[in-house]
Amino acid sequence: MSSITASRALAPIGTAGKLFAFGLDVGRALFRRPFQLREFLQQAWFIASVTIVPTALVAIPFGAVIALQVGGLIKQFGAQSFTGSASVLAVVREAGPIATSLLIAGAGGSAIAADLGARKIREELDAMMVLGIDPIQRLVVPRVLACMLVAVFLNGLVSVVGVAGGYVFNVVLQDGTPGAYLASFTALAQLPDLWQGMAKALIFGLIAAIVACYMGMNAGGGPKGVGDAVNESVVITFLLLFVVNFVMSAIYFQLVPPKTG
Amino acid sequence: MGVEIQIDQLTKSFGKQLIWGDVTLTVPAGEICVMLGPSGTGKSVLLKTLIGLLKPDKGSVVIEGTDIASCPEKDLYEIRKLFGVLFQDGAMFGSMNLYDNVAFPLREHTRKTESEVRDVVMEKMDLVGLIGAEDKLPGEISGGMRKRAGLARALVLDPQIVLFDEPDSGLDPVRTSFLNQLIIDLNAQTDATFLIVTHDINTARTVPDNIGLLYHKHLAMFGPREMLLSSEEPVVRQFLNAQRVGPIGMSEEKDADELAAEQGQDLPPLPPIPLQQEPSNGIPRRGQRPPGEWCRENGVTPPDGSFESTNAGIAV
Repeated sequence: MSSITASRALAPIGTAGKLFAFGLDVGRALFRRPFQLREFLQQAWFIASVTIVPTALVAIPFGAVIALQVGGLIKQFGAQSFTGSASVLAVVREAGPIATSLLIAGAGGSAIAADLGARKIREELDAMMVLGIDPIQRLVVPRVLACMLVAVFLNGLVSVVGVAGGYVFNVVLQDGTPGAYLASFTALAQLPDLWQGMAKALIFGLIAAIVACYMGMNAGGGPKGVGDAVNESVVITFLLLFVVNFVMSAIYFQLVPPKTG
Repeated sequence: MGVEIQIDQLTKSFGKQLIWGDVTLTVPAGEICVMLGPSGTGKSVLLKTLIGLLKPDKGSVVIEGTDIASCPEKDLYEIRKLFGVLFQDGAMFGSMNLYDNVAFPLREHTRKTESEVRDVVMEKMDLVGLIGAEDKLPGEISGGMRKRAGLARALVLDPQIVLFDEPDSGLDPVRTSFLNQLIIDLNAQTDATFLIVTHDINTARTVPDNIGLLYHKHLAMFGPREMLLSSEEPVVRQFLNAQRVGPIGMSEEKDADELAAEQGQDLPPLPPIPLQQEPSNGIPRRGQRPPGEWCRENGVTPPDGSFESTNAGIAV
Protein backbone atom coordinates (compact mmCIF):
# COMPACT_ATOMS: atom_id res chain seq x y z
CA MET A 1 0.00 0.00 0.00
CA SER A 2 2.71 2.43 1.04
CA SER A 3 4.66 1.61 -2.09
CA ILE A 4 1.65 2.53 -4.24
CA THR A 5 1.29 5.88 -2.46
CA ALA A 6 4.99 6.51 -2.80
CA SER A 7 5.00 5.67 -6.48
CA ARG A 8 1.99 7.95 -7.00
CA ALA A 9 3.62 10.77 -5.09
CA LEU A 10 6.85 10.38 -6.99
CA ALA A 11 5.22 10.08 -10.42
CA PRO A 12 5.56 13.80 -11.28
CA ILE A 13 9.30 13.58 -10.64
CA GLY A 14 9.52 10.65 -13.03
CA THR A 15 7.64 12.64 -15.66
CA ALA A 16 9.92 15.62 -15.14
CA GLY A 17 12.93 13.36 -15.57
CA LYS A 18 11.52 11.81 -18.76
CA LEU A 19 10.73 15.26 -20.13
CA PHE A 20 14.30 16.34 -19.46
CA ALA A 21 15.68 13.16 -21.05
CA PHE A 22 13.48 13.83 -24.07
CA GLY A 23 14.93 17.33 -24.25
CA LEU A 24 18.45 15.84 -24.27
CA ASP A 25 17.45 13.42 -27.04
CA VAL A 26 16.21 16.35 -29.08
CA GLY A 27 19.47 18.19 -28.43
CA ARG A 28 21.43 15.20 -29.72
CA ALA A 29 19.22 14.76 -32.78
CA LEU A 30 19.67 18.46 -33.55
CA PHE A 31 23.09 17.82 -34.98
CA ARG A 32 22.31 14.63 -36.84
CA ARG A 33 22.24 14.90 -40.61
CA PRO A 34 20.28 15.14 -42.85
CA PHE A 35 18.55 18.24 -41.57
CA GLN A 36 14.84 18.28 -42.45
CA LEU A 37 14.72 21.69 -44.11
CA ARG A 38 11.39 21.15 -45.80
CA GLU A 39 9.63 20.06 -42.64
CA PHE A 40 11.26 22.97 -40.78
CA LEU A 41 10.00 25.55 -43.28
CA GLN A 42 6.52 24.02 -43.39
CA GLN A 43 6.29 24.02 -39.60
CA ALA A 44 7.67 27.54 -39.25
CA TRP A 45 5.10 28.75 -41.75
CA PHE A 46 2.34 26.83 -40.04
CA ILE A 47 3.17 28.07 -36.53
CA ALA A 48 3.55 31.63 -37.79
CA SER A 49 0.22 31.44 -39.58
CA VAL A 50 -1.67 30.31 -36.47
CA THR A 51 0.03 32.80 -34.13
CA ILE A 52 0.67 36.10 -35.97
CA VAL A 53 -2.83 37.53 -35.98
CA PRO A 54 -3.74 36.54 -32.39
CA THR A 55 -0.38 37.87 -31.20
CA ALA A 56 -0.92 41.24 -32.83
CA LEU A 57 -4.42 41.41 -31.42
CA VAL A 58 -3.21 40.52 -27.93
CA ALA A 59 -0.32 42.99 -28.13
CA ILE A 60 -2.53 46.06 -28.70
CA PRO A 61 -4.53 45.82 -25.46
CA PHE A 62 -1.37 44.67 -23.67
CA GLY A 63 0.43 47.88 -24.69
CA ALA A 64 -2.64 49.94 -23.91
CA VAL A 65 -3.15 48.51 -20.44
CA ILE A 66 0.49 49.05 -19.58
CA ALA A 67 0.28 52.63 -20.82
CA LEU A 68 -2.82 53.10 -18.69
CA GLN A 69 -1.29 51.67 -15.52
CA VAL A 70 2.11 53.24 -15.92
CA GLY A 71 0.63 56.54 -17.08
CA GLY A 72 -1.57 56.80 -14.00
CA LEU A 73 1.21 55.79 -11.64
CA ILE A 74 3.73 58.14 -13.18
CA LYS A 75 1.30 61.04 -13.03
CA GLN A 76 1.10 60.47 -9.28
CA PHE A 77 4.90 60.69 -9.10
CA GLY A 78 4.84 63.74 -11.36
CA ALA A 79 7.24 62.21 -13.85
CA GLN A 80 5.12 62.28 -17.00
CA SER A 81 8.16 62.72 -19.20
CA PHE A 82 9.17 59.13 -18.46
CA THR A 83 5.90 57.56 -19.64
CA GLY A 84 7.30 56.39 -22.96
CA SER A 85 10.38 54.96 -21.39
CA ALA A 86 8.44 53.08 -18.75
CA SER A 87 6.06 51.49 -21.22
CA VAL A 88 8.93 50.49 -23.52
CA LEU A 89 10.64 48.83 -20.58
CA ALA A 90 7.49 46.98 -19.56
CA VAL A 91 6.63 45.86 -23.07
CA VAL A 92 10.08 44.89 -24.26
CA ARG A 93 11.29 43.28 -21.06
CA GLU A 94 8.24 41.43 -19.85
CA ALA A 95 5.07 41.78 -21.89
CA GLY A 96 6.72 40.81 -25.20
CA PRO A 97 8.16 37.49 -24.04
CA ILE A 98 5.08 36.66 -21.92
CA ALA A 99 2.55 37.40 -24.65
CA THR A 100 4.73 35.46 -27.08
CA SER A 101 4.93 32.50 -24.75
CA LEU A 102 1.18 32.44 -24.19
CA LEU A 103 0.55 32.41 -27.92
CA ILE A 104 3.32 29.95 -28.74
CA ALA A 105 2.10 27.55 -26.07
CA GLY A 106 -1.60 28.10 -26.65
CA ALA A 107 -1.73 28.19 -30.44
CA GLY A 108 1.53 26.61 -31.67
CA GLY A 109 2.15 24.10 -28.87
CA SER A 110 -1.40 22.81 -28.78
CA ALA A 111 -1.37 22.30 -32.56
CA ILE A 112 1.93 20.40 -32.33
CA ALA A 113 0.73 18.24 -29.44
CA ALA A 114 -2.50 17.42 -31.26
CA ASP A 115 -0.69 16.61 -34.49
CA LEU A 116 1.90 14.33 -32.90
CA GLY A 117 -0.69 12.80 -30.56
CA ALA A 118 -2.91 11.85 -33.48
CA ARG A 119 0.09 10.34 -35.25
CA LYS A 120 0.99 8.43 -32.11
CA ILE A 121 -2.39 6.80 -31.55
CA ARG A 122 -2.75 5.90 -35.22
CA GLU A 123 0.61 4.09 -35.03
CA GLU A 124 2.14 6.48 -37.56
CA LEU A 125 5.11 7.10 -35.28
CA ASP A 126 5.62 3.35 -34.84
CA ALA A 127 5.41 2.94 -38.59
CA MET A 128 8.02 5.64 -39.02
CA MET A 129 10.39 3.99 -36.55
CA VAL A 130 9.87 0.68 -38.30
CA LEU A 131 10.75 2.30 -41.61
CA GLY A 132 14.08 3.13 -39.98
CA ILE A 133 13.38 6.80 -39.41
CA ASP A 134 13.79 8.45 -36.02
CA PRO A 135 10.69 10.58 -35.36
CA ILE A 136 12.69 12.83 -33.05
CA GLN A 137 15.03 13.74 -35.87
CA ARG A 138 12.38 13.76 -38.59
CA LEU A 139 9.48 15.47 -36.77
CA VAL A 140 10.51 16.90 -33.41
CA VAL A 141 13.72 18.75 -34.28
CA PRO A 142 12.17 20.77 -37.14
CA ARG A 143 9.22 21.68 -34.91
CA VAL A 144 11.43 22.78 -32.04
CA LEU A 145 13.60 24.94 -34.30
CA ALA A 146 10.54 26.37 -36.06
CA CYS A 147 8.95 27.24 -32.72
CA MET A 148 12.13 28.98 -31.54
CA LEU A 149 12.43 30.99 -34.74
CA VAL A 150 8.79 32.03 -34.77
CA ALA A 151 8.92 32.92 -31.05
CA VAL A 152 11.77 35.37 -31.66
CA PHE A 153 9.87 36.99 -34.52
CA LEU A 154 6.65 37.13 -32.53
CA ASN A 155 8.53 38.78 -29.69
CA GLY A 156 9.62 41.51 -32.11
CA LEU A 157 6.05 41.82 -33.32
CA VAL A 158 4.66 42.17 -29.79
CA SER A 159 7.31 44.78 -28.94
CA VAL A 160 6.51 46.91 -31.98
CA VAL A 161 2.75 46.60 -31.74
CA GLY A 162 2.77 47.03 -27.96
CA VAL A 163 4.90 50.17 -28.04
CA ALA A 164 2.81 51.59 -30.89
CA GLY A 165 -0.39 50.77 -29.00
CA GLY A 166 0.99 52.44 -25.90
CA TYR A 167 1.89 55.49 -28.00
CA VAL A 168 -1.62 55.81 -29.41
CA PHE A 169 -3.18 55.34 -25.99
CA ASN A 170 -0.82 57.73 -24.25
CA VAL A 171 -0.88 60.48 -26.85
CA VAL A 172 -4.48 60.30 -27.96
CA LEU A 173 -6.30 59.37 -24.80
CA GLN A 174 -4.07 60.44 -21.93
CA ASP A 175 -3.01 63.78 -23.40
CA GLY A 176 0.66 62.88 -23.38
CA THR A 177 2.95 64.67 -25.81
CA PRO A 178 4.38 62.68 -28.71
CA GLY A 179 7.78 64.25 -28.24
CA ALA A 180 8.06 63.31 -24.59
CA TYR A 181 6.90 59.75 -25.30
CA LEU A 182 9.47 59.19 -28.05
CA ALA A 183 12.29 61.16 -26.46
CA SER A 184 12.12 59.26 -23.20
CA PHE A 185 12.61 55.88 -24.94
CA THR A 186 16.30 55.78 -24.23
CA ALA A 187 16.13 57.38 -20.78
CA LEU A 188 15.67 54.13 -18.87
CA ALA A 189 15.63 51.45 -21.57
CA GLN A 190 18.82 50.12 -23.09
CA LEU A 191 19.84 47.75 -25.86
CA PRO A 192 20.39 44.69 -23.59
CA ASP A 193 16.68 44.89 -22.73
CA LEU A 194 15.94 43.99 -26.32
CA TRP A 195 18.47 41.14 -26.33
CA GLN A 196 17.12 39.65 -23.15
CA GLY A 197 13.59 39.83 -24.57
CA MET A 198 14.78 37.89 -27.61
CA ALA A 199 16.70 35.39 -25.50
CA LYS A 200 13.61 34.82 -23.40
CA ALA A 201 11.45 34.30 -26.48
CA LEU A 202 14.01 31.83 -27.86
CA ILE A 203 14.03 29.79 -24.64
CA PHE A 204 10.22 29.96 -24.35
CA GLY A 205 9.85 28.67 -27.89
CA LEU A 206 12.23 25.81 -27.07
CA ILE A 207 10.36 24.85 -23.89
CA ALA A 208 6.91 25.12 -25.47
CA ALA A 209 7.92 22.96 -28.44
CA ILE A 210 9.68 20.31 -26.36
CA VAL A 211 6.79 19.98 -23.92
CA ALA A 212 4.25 19.85 -26.75
CA CYS A 213 6.25 17.22 -28.66
CA TYR A 214 6.85 15.14 -25.54
CA MET A 215 3.17 15.17 -24.59
CA GLY A 216 2.07 14.43 -28.15
CA MET A 217 4.51 11.55 -28.61
CA ASN A 218 3.47 10.00 -25.31
CA ALA A 219 -0.26 10.31 -25.85
CA GLY A 220 -2.06 7.05 -25.19
CA GLY A 221 -5.47 5.51 -24.93
CA GLY A 222 -7.23 6.60 -28.08
CA PRO A 223 -8.69 9.97 -29.10
CA LYS A 224 -9.27 11.00 -25.48
CA GLY A 225 -5.57 10.59 -24.84
CA VAL A 226 -4.83 13.13 -27.56
CA GLY A 227 -7.17 15.65 -25.93
CA ASP A 228 -5.52 15.06 -22.57
CA ALA A 229 -2.08 15.44 -24.11
CA VAL A 230 -2.98 18.79 -25.66
CA ASN A 231 -4.49 20.00 -22.42
CA GLU A 232 -1.53 18.89 -20.32
CA SER A 233 0.99 20.31 -22.74
CA VAL A 234 -0.59 23.79 -22.60
CA VAL A 235 -0.89 23.78 -18.80
CA ILE A 236 2.62 22.45 -18.20
CA THR A 237 4.10 24.88 -20.70
CA PHE A 238 2.41 27.84 -19.00
CA LEU A 239 3.69 26.77 -15.59
CA LEU A 240 7.21 26.24 -16.85
CA LEU A 241 7.31 29.46 -18.84
CA PHE A 242 6.26 31.68 -15.93
CA VAL A 243 8.85 30.07 -13.66
CA VAL A 244 11.57 30.33 -16.30
CA ASN A 245 10.56 33.94 -17.00
CA PHE A 246 11.05 34.80 -13.35
CA VAL A 247 14.42 33.08 -13.20
CA MET A 248 15.66 34.72 -16.39
CA SER A 249 14.51 38.16 -15.23
CA ALA A 250 16.33 37.69 -11.92
CA ILE A 251 19.50 36.62 -13.70
CA TYR A 252 19.23 39.53 -16.10
CA PHE A 253 19.05 42.08 -13.29
CA GLN A 254 22.16 40.56 -11.77
CA LEU A 255 24.07 40.62 -15.05
CA VAL A 256 22.99 43.97 -16.47
CA PRO A 257 22.77 46.86 -14.04
CA PRO A 258 19.78 49.17 -14.58
CA LYS A 259 20.56 52.36 -16.46
CA THR A 260 20.90 55.40 -14.24
CA GLY A 261 20.39 58.99 -15.26
CA MET B 1 17.31 -14.33 -49.38
CA GLY B 2 15.34 -14.21 -46.16
CA VAL B 3 16.77 -13.77 -42.71
CA GLU B 4 16.29 -15.97 -39.67
CA ILE B 5 14.79 -14.61 -36.43
CA GLN B 6 15.95 -16.38 -33.27
CA ILE B 7 13.74 -15.67 -30.28
CA ASP B 8 15.03 -16.92 -26.96
CA GLN B 9 13.38 -16.92 -23.52
CA LEU B 10 11.44 -13.76 -24.36
CA THR B 11 9.30 -12.41 -21.52
CA LYS B 12 7.17 -9.29 -21.51
CA SER B 13 4.89 -7.77 -18.91
CA PHE B 14 3.13 -4.44 -18.55
CA GLY B 15 3.45 -3.40 -14.93
CA LYS B 16 2.57 -6.48 -12.90
CA GLN B 17 0.60 -8.13 -15.67
CA LEU B 18 2.55 -10.81 -17.49
CA ILE B 19 1.76 -10.83 -21.23
CA TRP B 20 3.76 -13.90 -22.14
CA GLY B 21 6.80 -15.59 -20.71
CA ASP B 22 9.69 -17.73 -21.94
CA VAL B 23 8.76 -17.62 -25.61
CA THR B 24 11.47 -19.48 -27.51
CA LEU B 25 11.27 -20.15 -31.22
CA THR B 26 13.18 -19.73 -34.44
CA VAL B 27 11.44 -18.26 -37.44
CA PRO B 28 13.26 -20.06 -40.27
CA ALA B 29 14.74 -17.97 -43.08
CA GLY B 30 12.64 -17.71 -46.20
CA GLU B 31 9.60 -19.49 -44.78
CA ILE B 32 6.09 -18.31 -44.01
CA CYS B 33 5.03 -18.53 -40.39
CA VAL B 34 1.69 -17.77 -38.80
CA MET B 35 1.36 -16.83 -35.15
CA LEU B 36 -2.07 -17.63 -33.79
CA GLY B 37 -3.72 -17.02 -30.49
CA PRO B 38 -7.03 -16.02 -28.94
CA SER B 39 -7.72 -12.29 -28.82
CA GLY B 40 -5.74 -10.50 -26.16
CA THR B 41 -2.88 -12.97 -25.84
CA GLY B 42 -0.30 -10.42 -26.88
CA LYS B 43 0.26 -11.35 -30.51
CA SER B 44 0.67 -7.74 -31.55
CA VAL B 45 2.91 -7.15 -28.55
CA LEU B 46 5.12 -9.99 -29.77
CA LEU B 47 5.32 -8.39 -33.20
CA LYS B 48 6.23 -5.01 -31.73
CA THR B 49 8.90 -6.65 -29.60
CA LEU B 50 10.42 -8.26 -32.68
CA ILE B 51 10.95 -4.87 -34.29
CA GLY B 52 12.19 -3.24 -31.11
CA LEU B 53 9.22 -0.94 -30.54
CA LEU B 54 8.75 -2.56 -27.15
CA LYS B 55 11.57 -3.74 -24.90
CA PRO B 56 11.11 -7.24 -23.44
CA ASP B 57 11.73 -7.77 -19.73
CA LYS B 58 14.19 -10.51 -20.54
CA GLY B 59 15.30 -12.71 -23.40
CA SER B 60 16.72 -11.94 -26.79
CA VAL B 61 15.66 -11.53 -30.41
CA VAL B 62 18.65 -12.15 -32.66
CA ILE B 63 18.62 -11.12 -36.30
CA GLU B 64 21.83 -11.37 -38.32
CA GLY B 65 23.87 -11.47 -35.11
CA THR B 66 22.27 -8.37 -33.59
CA ASP B 67 20.14 -8.66 -30.48
CA ILE B 68 17.14 -6.36 -31.03
CA ALA B 69 16.27 -6.45 -27.34
CA SER B 70 19.54 -4.95 -26.14
CA CYS B 71 21.30 -3.25 -29.05
CA PRO B 72 21.76 0.54 -29.10
CA GLU B 73 19.17 2.68 -30.85
CA LYS B 74 21.50 3.41 -33.77
CA ASP B 75 21.87 -0.28 -34.68
CA LEU B 76 18.13 -0.71 -34.23
CA TYR B 77 17.38 1.83 -36.92
CA GLU B 78 19.89 0.08 -39.21
CA ILE B 79 18.44 -3.38 -38.67
CA ARG B 80 14.90 -2.12 -39.17
CA LYS B 81 15.72 -1.39 -42.80
CA LEU B 82 15.57 -5.19 -43.28
CA PHE B 83 11.96 -5.17 -42.13
CA GLY B 84 8.69 -4.45 -43.81
CA VAL B 85 5.80 -4.19 -41.40
CA LEU B 86 2.10 -4.05 -42.13
CA PHE B 87 0.25 -2.53 -39.18
CA GLN B 88 -3.30 -3.43 -38.25
CA ASP B 89 -4.80 -0.24 -39.65
CA GLY B 90 -2.09 0.31 -42.26
CA ALA B 91 -0.62 3.21 -40.22
CA MET B 92 -0.48 5.46 -43.28
CA PHE B 93 0.78 9.01 -42.77
CA GLY B 94 -2.45 11.00 -42.69
CA SER B 95 -0.96 14.17 -44.11
CA MET B 96 0.37 12.55 -47.30
CA ASN B 97 -1.48 10.99 -50.22
CA LEU B 98 -1.01 7.31 -50.98
CA TYR B 99 1.70 7.92 -53.56
CA ASP B 100 3.84 9.98 -51.15
CA ASN B 101 3.18 7.44 -48.41
CA VAL B 102 4.53 4.59 -50.50
CA ALA B 103 7.38 6.72 -51.82
CA PHE B 104 8.35 7.88 -48.32
CA PRO B 105 10.84 5.10 -47.44
CA LEU B 106 12.46 5.40 -50.88
CA ARG B 107 12.91 9.15 -50.55
CA GLU B 108 14.29 8.84 -47.02
CA HIS B 109 16.63 5.91 -47.50
CA THR B 110 17.72 5.81 -51.13
CA ARG B 111 19.23 8.24 -53.58
CA LYS B 112 16.81 7.29 -56.34
CA THR B 113 15.65 10.00 -58.72
CA GLU B 114 11.97 10.91 -58.77
CA SER B 115 11.40 8.90 -61.96
CA GLU B 116 13.01 5.80 -60.44
CA VAL B 117 10.91 6.30 -57.32
CA ARG B 118 7.84 6.56 -59.52
CA ASP B 119 8.62 3.23 -61.24
CA VAL B 120 9.02 1.38 -57.93
CA VAL B 121 5.95 2.97 -56.34
CA MET B 122 3.76 2.21 -59.36
CA GLU B 123 4.97 -1.39 -59.43
CA LYS B 124 4.02 -1.88 -55.75
CA MET B 125 0.71 -0.04 -56.16
CA ASP B 126 -0.09 -2.34 -59.05
CA LEU B 127 0.81 -5.37 -56.93
CA VAL B 128 -1.79 -4.46 -54.31
CA GLY B 129 -4.35 -3.28 -56.87
CA LEU B 130 -4.38 0.40 -56.00
CA ILE B 131 -3.54 1.94 -59.37
CA GLY B 132 -5.68 5.03 -59.78
CA ALA B 133 -5.90 5.81 -56.07
CA GLU B 134 -2.44 7.42 -55.75
CA ASP B 135 -3.79 10.91 -55.11
CA LYS B 136 -6.21 9.94 -52.36
CA LEU B 137 -5.52 10.77 -48.74
CA PRO B 138 -5.61 7.87 -46.25
CA GLY B 139 -8.67 9.41 -44.60
CA GLU B 140 -10.63 9.22 -47.84
CA ILE B 141 -10.36 5.48 -48.49
CA SER B 142 -11.74 2.34 -46.89
CA GLY B 143 -9.95 0.32 -44.25
CA GLY B 144 -9.21 -2.44 -46.73
CA MET B 145 -7.59 -0.01 -49.15
CA ARG B 146 -5.54 1.51 -46.33
CA LYS B 147 -4.35 -1.95 -45.45
CA ARG B 148 -3.32 -2.68 -49.02
CA ALA B 149 -1.57 0.68 -49.27
CA GLY B 150 0.24 -0.17 -46.03
CA LEU B 151 1.37 -3.40 -47.63
CA ALA B 152 2.69 -1.52 -50.68
CA ARG B 153 4.67 0.76 -48.39
CA ALA B 154 6.00 -2.19 -46.37
CA LEU B 155 7.26 -3.87 -49.55
CA VAL B 156 8.80 -0.86 -51.22
CA LEU B 157 12.32 -1.34 -49.85
CA ASP B 158 12.31 -5.07 -50.78
CA PRO B 159 12.49 -6.20 -47.14
CA GLN B 160 14.13 -9.46 -45.99
CA ILE B 161 11.56 -9.95 -43.26
CA VAL B 162 7.90 -9.04 -43.64
CA LEU B 163 5.68 -8.87 -40.57
CA PHE B 164 1.90 -8.74 -40.89
CA ASP B 165 -0.32 -7.66 -38.03
CA GLU B 166 -3.70 -9.22 -38.81
CA PRO B 167 -3.67 -8.80 -42.59
CA ASP B 168 -7.20 -10.20 -42.81
CA SER B 169 -9.00 -8.05 -40.25
CA GLY B 170 -11.28 -5.62 -42.02
CA LEU B 171 -10.87 -7.30 -45.41
CA ASP B 172 -13.65 -9.18 -47.16
CA PRO B 173 -13.13 -12.93 -47.79
CA VAL B 174 -12.30 -12.41 -51.46
CA ARG B 175 -9.64 -9.78 -50.74
CA THR B 176 -8.33 -11.95 -47.91
CA SER B 177 -7.76 -14.87 -50.23
CA PHE B 178 -6.19 -12.59 -52.83
CA LEU B 179 -3.93 -11.23 -50.11
CA ASN B 180 -3.02 -14.76 -49.04
CA GLN B 181 -2.14 -15.60 -52.64
CA LEU B 182 -0.08 -12.41 -52.79
CA ILE B 183 1.85 -13.44 -49.67
CA ILE B 184 2.61 -16.85 -51.21
CA ASP B 185 3.68 -15.29 -54.51
CA LEU B 186 5.85 -12.67 -52.80
CA ASN B 187 7.55 -15.37 -50.80
CA ALA B 188 8.17 -17.35 -53.99
CA GLN B 189 9.63 -14.29 -55.75
CA THR B 190 11.75 -12.78 -52.99
CA ASP B 191 12.45 -15.65 -50.56
CA ALA B 192 11.83 -13.19 -47.74
CA THR B 193 10.84 -14.41 -44.29
CA PHE B 194 7.17 -13.86 -43.50
CA LEU B 195 5.58 -13.77 -40.08
CA ILE B 196 1.82 -13.31 -39.99
CA VAL B 197 -0.09 -12.60 -36.81
CA THR B 198 -3.74 -13.47 -37.19
CA HIS B 199 -6.68 -15.37 -35.81
CA ASP B 200 -8.15 -16.23 -39.16
CA ILE B 201 -8.23 -20.03 -39.21
CA ASN B 202 -8.57 -20.23 -42.96
CA THR B 203 -5.32 -18.32 -43.45
CA ALA B 204 -3.58 -20.33 -40.77
CA ARG B 205 -4.58 -23.68 -42.27
CA THR B 206 -3.65 -23.08 -45.88
CA VAL B 207 -0.92 -20.42 -46.14
CA PRO B 208 2.02 -21.02 -43.80
CA ASP B 209 4.92 -23.45 -43.63
CA ASN B 210 4.94 -23.17 -39.84
CA ILE B 211 2.35 -22.34 -37.21
CA GLY B 212 2.76 -21.08 -33.67
CA LEU B 213 0.05 -20.77 -31.04
CA LEU B 214 0.20 -18.30 -28.17
CA TYR B 215 -2.10 -19.24 -25.34
CA HIS B 216 -2.34 -18.55 -21.62
CA LYS B 217 0.81 -16.40 -21.42
CA HIS B 218 3.11 -18.83 -23.17
CA LEU B 219 3.88 -20.32 -26.56
CA ALA B 220 1.75 -23.47 -26.57
CA MET B 221 3.28 -24.95 -29.70
CA PHE B 222 5.39 -23.98 -32.69
CA GLY B 223 6.20 -26.24 -35.61
CA PRO B 224 5.47 -27.30 -39.17
CA ARG B 225 1.91 -26.78 -40.39
CA GLU B 226 1.08 -30.47 -40.54
CA MET B 227 2.34 -31.05 -37.03
CA LEU B 228 -0.15 -28.57 -35.58
CA LEU B 229 -3.01 -29.51 -37.87
CA SER B 230 -2.71 -33.16 -36.87
CA SER B 231 -2.03 -32.41 -33.20
CA GLU B 232 -4.19 -33.96 -30.51
CA GLU B 233 -3.09 -31.32 -27.97
CA PRO B 234 -6.40 -29.90 -26.65
CA VAL B 235 -5.59 -26.17 -26.98
CA VAL B 236 -4.12 -26.47 -30.45
CA ARG B 237 -6.90 -28.74 -31.58
CA GLN B 238 -9.64 -26.50 -30.24
CA PHE B 239 -8.21 -23.33 -31.72
CA LEU B 240 -7.24 -24.63 -35.15
CA ASN B 241 -10.66 -26.18 -35.60
CA ALA B 242 -12.65 -23.28 -34.10
CA GLN B 243 -14.46 -25.45 -31.56
CA ARG B 244 -16.16 -24.51 -28.31
CA VAL B 245 -15.15 -27.71 -26.53
CA GLY B 246 -11.68 -27.38 -25.04
CA PRO B 247 -9.63 -25.41 -22.58
CA ILE B 248 -10.16 -21.96 -24.16
CA GLY B 249 -13.20 -20.11 -22.80
CA MET B 250 -14.92 -16.88 -23.65
CA SER B 251 -12.75 -14.61 -21.54
CA GLU B 252 -9.52 -16.60 -21.10
CA GLU B 253 -9.02 -20.20 -20.08
CA LYS B 254 -12.09 -21.97 -18.71
CA ASP B 255 -12.41 -22.60 -15.01
CA ALA B 256 -12.43 -26.05 -13.45
CA ASP B 257 -16.25 -26.34 -13.32
CA GLU B 258 -16.71 -25.67 -16.98
CA LEU B 259 -13.93 -28.09 -17.88
CA ALA B 260 -15.44 -30.75 -15.62
CA ALA B 261 -18.81 -30.29 -17.30
CA GLU B 262 -17.15 -31.03 -20.63
CA GLN B 263 -15.52 -34.23 -19.34
CA GLY B 264 -17.86 -36.68 -20.99
CA GLN B 265 -18.14 -34.86 -24.29
CA ASP B 266 -16.42 -36.38 -27.27
CA LEU B 267 -14.19 -34.07 -29.23
CA PRO B 268 -15.29 -33.90 -32.85
CA PRO B 269 -12.90 -35.80 -35.14
CA LEU B 270 -9.99 -33.85 -36.58
CA PRO B 271 -10.94 -32.40 -39.96
CA PRO B 272 -8.78 -33.30 -42.97
CA ILE B 273 -5.59 -31.32 -43.47
CA PRO B 274 -5.97 -29.08 -46.53
CA LEU B 275 -3.35 -28.72 -49.23
CA GLN B 276 -1.10 -25.70 -48.90
CA GLN B 277 -1.85 -22.79 -51.21
CA GLU B 278 0.64 -22.80 -54.12
CA PRO B 279 2.32 -19.92 -55.94
CA SER B 280 0.18 -18.81 -58.88
CA ASN B 281 2.92 -19.68 -61.40
CA GLY B 282 3.01 -23.26 -60.09
CA ILE B 283 6.75 -23.28 -59.35
CA PRO B 284 7.22 -24.53 -55.76
CA ARG B 285 8.62 -22.12 -53.22
CA ARG B 286 11.95 -22.82 -51.53
CA GLY B 287 10.33 -23.24 -48.13
CA GLN B 288 7.56 -25.46 -49.41
CA ARG B 289 7.45 -29.15 -48.46
CA PRO B 290 5.52 -31.87 -50.29
CA PRO B 291 2.08 -32.50 -48.77
CA GLY B 292 2.08 -35.19 -46.10
CA GLU B 293 5.87 -35.32 -45.84
CA TRP B 294 6.01 -34.31 -42.20
CA CYS B 295 3.28 -36.78 -41.29
CA ARG B 296 5.12 -39.63 -43.06
CA GLU B 297 8.46 -38.76 -41.48
CA ASN B 298 6.98 -38.63 -38.02
CA GLY B 299 4.67 -41.62 -38.33
CA VAL B 300 1.51 -39.58 -37.89
CA THR B 301 -1.57 -40.70 -39.73
CA PRO B 302 -3.30 -37.63 -41.10
CA PRO B 303 -7.10 -37.54 -40.79
CA ASP B 304 -9.09 -39.12 -43.61
CA GLY B 305 -9.43 -37.03 -46.73
CA SER B 306 -6.31 -34.95 -46.05
CA PHE B 307 -4.29 -33.33 -48.83
CA GLU B 308 -7.10 -33.56 -51.33
CA SER B 309 -8.08 -29.92 -51.68
CA THR B 310 -7.09 -26.47 -50.51
CA ASN B 311 -10.47 -26.21 -48.84
CA ALA B 312 -9.71 -25.22 -45.28
CA GLY B 313 -11.66 -28.22 -44.02
CA ILE B 314 -13.06 -26.65 -40.90
CA ALA B 315 -15.53 -28.96 -39.15
CA VAL B 316 -18.91 -27.32 -38.99
